[in-house]
Amino acid sequence: MAPTADALAHLTEISSQIDAAVVLDREGTVVAATVDDERAGRMASAALELFRRADEQRGQELVQLDAVLEGGSVFVVRDADRLIAATTRSEPTVGLVFYDLKSCLRSLGEAPVEKPKPKRAPAKRRTTTPRSRTTTRKKKDESG
Amino acid sequence: MRAARALAVGAALGSAAGAVFLRRRSRSRDRVELYFDDGSLVTVAKGQPEGERLLSPARELLAAARG
Repeated sequence: MAPTADALAHLTEISSQIDAAVVLDREGTVVAATVDDERAGRMASAALELFRRADEQRGQELVQLDAVLEGGSVFVVRDADRLIAATTRSEPTVGLVFYDLKSCLRSLGEAPVEKPKPKRAPAKRRTTTPRSRTTTRKKKDESG
Repeated sequence: MRAARALAVGAALGSAAGAVFLRRRSRSRDRVELYFDDGSLVTVAKGQPEGERLLSPARELLAAARG
């Protein structure tokens, strides 16, 4: 849950075009959202309905979609087991929004596999701090 | 001479404004663009048989996001 929320926070931070976003599973359960629970639930059910209806259009599997509407645009992108839906204002840079949404989904897909990730960050701090201390001590030892 | 020039300028400005208007109008037409895994793209616009079926949940999604 936390990595998903982090990924969404990062998404809205890097993409100023995205107003609201929700990550949901294939059953429509909200995994994380940038809006409150009530709105997230409505967004998720509408996104799932839209994606299911659109997926019936052709024999091929639907990967992503965007809807251009009067007051803004809607985007839905899927990966293996998740969907991300986002809304933007009118006339967004479509390619850029898709890129950001896919990156967000990819980062969510990688998160459970790379479990040692949180361990790596403190490890870097540990290695840098003692080295700097050691060099200082050595100098003191040599001078003294 | 002046009248002819004014007429030409007016016609040029009018056609430019018309082009901008038509472009914006065609851009703002509600549509859904579907991207499939074989790389194909299908556009379903308002007024087409499947158009409203897809645009309706898309509008719900946008409305839900805006509260």
